[in-house]
Amino acid sequence: MDAILAQLLNGLDKGGAYALIALGLTLVFGTLGVVNFAHGALFMLGAFCAVTFRQLITLETVTVDPTQLSAWGAPLEIRTPLAQTWFGDFGAVLVEYSVPFSILFAIPVMLVIGIAMERGIIKHFYKRPHAEQILVTFGLAIVLQEIVKAVFGPNPISQPMPTALRGAADIGVWIGLAPGAVSYPLWRLVYFLFSAGIIAAVFAFLRFTTFGMVVRAGMADRETVGLLGINIGRRFTIMFGLAAVVAGLAGVMYTPLVPPNYHMGMDFLVLSFVVVVVGGMGSLPGAVAAGFLLGILQSFASMNEIKQLIPGIDQIIIYLTAVVILLVRPRGLLGRRGMMES
Amino acid sequence: MDLFNLPRRDWITFGLFALVVVTMPIWLTPLGASYPGLLQKFAIFAIFAIGFNILFGLTGYLSFGHAAFLGVGSYTAVWSFKLLTMDALPAIMFAVIVSGLFALVIGYLSLRRTGIYFSILTLAFAQMCYNLAYSVLTPITNGETSLQLTLQDPRVIDSALAARPEGLPSASIFGHVFDGFEGFYFCAALLLIAFFIALKIFSSPFGMMLRAIKSNQTRMNYTGFDTKPYALTAFVISGMYAGLAGALLAVTDPLAGAERMQWTASGEVVLMTILGGVGTLIGPVIGAWLIKYFENIFSAFNEQVLTRFFSFLPPEITEPVVTISSKFVGEGWHLTLGLIFVLVVVFLPGGIMEGVRRIGALFRRTTPPSAPAARPAAPTIQPAE
Repeated sequence: MDAILAQLLNGLDKGGAYALIALGLTLVFGTLGVVNFAHGALFMLGAFCAVTFRQLITLETVTVDPTQLSAWGAPLEIRTPLAQTWFGDFGAVLVEYSVPFSILFAIPVMLVIGIAMERGIIKHFYKRPHAEQILVTFGLAIVLQEIVKAVFGPNPISQPMPTALRGAADIGVWIGLAPGAVSYPLWRLVYFLFSAGIIAAVFAFLRFTTFGMVVRAGMADRETVGLLGINIGRRFTIMFGLAAVVAGLAGVMYTPLVPPNYHMGMDFLVLSFVVVVVGGMGSLPGAVAAGFLLGILQSFASMNEIKQLIPGIDQIIIYLTAVVILLVRPRGLLGRRGMMES
Repeated sequence: MDLFNLPRRDWITFGLFALVVVTMPIWLTPLGASYPGLLQKFAIFAIFAIGFNILFGLTGYLSFGHAAFLGVGSYTAVWSFKLLTMDALPAIMFAVIVSGLFALVIGYLSLRRTGIYFSILTLAFAQMCYNLAYSVLTPITNGETSLQLTLQDPRVIDSALAARPEGLPSASIFGHVFDGFEGFYFCAALLLIAFFIALKIFSSPFGMMLRAIKSNQTRMNYTGFDTKPYALTAFVISGMYAGLAGALLAVTDPLAGAERMQWTASGEVVLMTILGGVGTLIGPVIGAWLIKYFENIFSAFNEQVLTRFFSFLPPEITEPVVTISSKFVGEGWHLTLGLIFVLVVVFLPGGIMEGVRRIGALFRRTTPPSAPAARPAAPTIQPAE
């Protein structure tokens, strides 16, 4: 029982990351009809927003105090982060919680990057065949990747998580199991709650605002909405920016779990495509459901008991599930008819 | 038997292509790419891309898992070396057959879906092959260390015919070991055969049927054609091409690693084909050569080479020029590749062959406009269902 619960929880945070990326991908498919291979690069850029933010706020002034000596006899250097000099205690908190605070930094940056990308390149590819969309966005992803590599270097840059969130939560106790039965790293819990919150926010935005209603109408029938005198193209551009923000935030919060490097986007790209297609093209709930489903299945498959039963299952479970689902349900879990089927 | 019955224009295409391939060691010398190892790769990946184009270019089915067949071909060839003989021909034969069988199974299942669902199915099968080759199938694939020849290999046929040589043998044909450019010419001969078969398929009724599948599969079904066997045949043929390419990789270097099956390898052949021109005969070959050239030559450039290259400039300009251009070569060659992808797709939809066609059209402007275009570009319309 507790082993199952533990695996379930383990799957949730990874599933959260898959779901967030897949959600953004599906938004782009659904609105603009573009296969965006650069979406993984957006995830990576989000992660590097966190890196940049931390580097900015930890810029230091070094003052030498000649009255004190350090352990090896040299004058003591006192390093004070600029943020601390300027903002005092708040600055210290800022450094401590740099990753969550980078969200505020990442939102405008990713929005600008997303909109610039859409206006600059993607908008010329709405009516072009999917093969060309793939080639251009893949090229774009490589370019972004190489720029990040040139700026930040090829090695992963680890981001510390806040000390307060470093431990593990004894989740078993909350539901009445023995203490220590199910413990779960706090940051993963935070990640899961964060991704659930973002997903809920995106759905609420589409469901309960006029803007969202128009976008949904445009997804269903772009032409008619355009005939009603609504500038649907501009709203779709904003949706692309929103998808970039969602991918970027997924990247920001992922940094303490896996130190970001320039090719982390590519590693996630293929899996998130599988997630999107398993969920069904054009279906947002499908993408989210498939993200969590595959994340949880993956963590169950890496249990030792199951690995002994079926050797190698942990390596292929995601793809195997994808094959089975696509062969049983022609359009994935909740796919729309006629979307990307030709 | 009308095996060699081709329209005259196709014979001219084939003749020119053969000339270009055979003289590769000469015309690539000024470009710094005329060494056997790279030329072999040019020939091998050209075969891979031609085969991929038979599926993607003609039927429009975008497979994202073709590297699996390449890998299967390599493994089969190395096993043939290990168990039977170092001769290249049986290895190639087995590799083509086995990868064809793989393609039959994977194609049969994947072709039940169309569009992106088909792409993801092929991707999933290929990734399963890759992950299994890395983990559970280690007895067959030797996992991370790649499958290699060893001194203990039985090599039944070779041992029966002759005394075992000292050390590790290399691949041969009828007892003749490849040396210098011979390996390349062997690959080039197979490339020409592969190209000829592709030419035949393109101009055959079968090829027309495949094109019809691309333009409107539903209508084909309504007129009473069962399109499935045709698509499956195309899938198997292109899988066999990939198997042949994989076998040749093993022939030129008897080693088979799982990373050959990874999705990046599948993606590479997709990019080669689109870059060169989907649905054209020559396009995929040019795409393959271009990408392999960048991968091997551009990545080897460094600042010294650049300084020598730009030495004709005044010295005060040389340094900034070298600094800027060094970002695009060597370690940064991916950047150049990415930019090329973007630029080609933005300005030359239809790939490099589209550019060639446009240049050709410029020269042909003097002739009356009724003159037929060289080879009509692949139709870009993709009707929904």
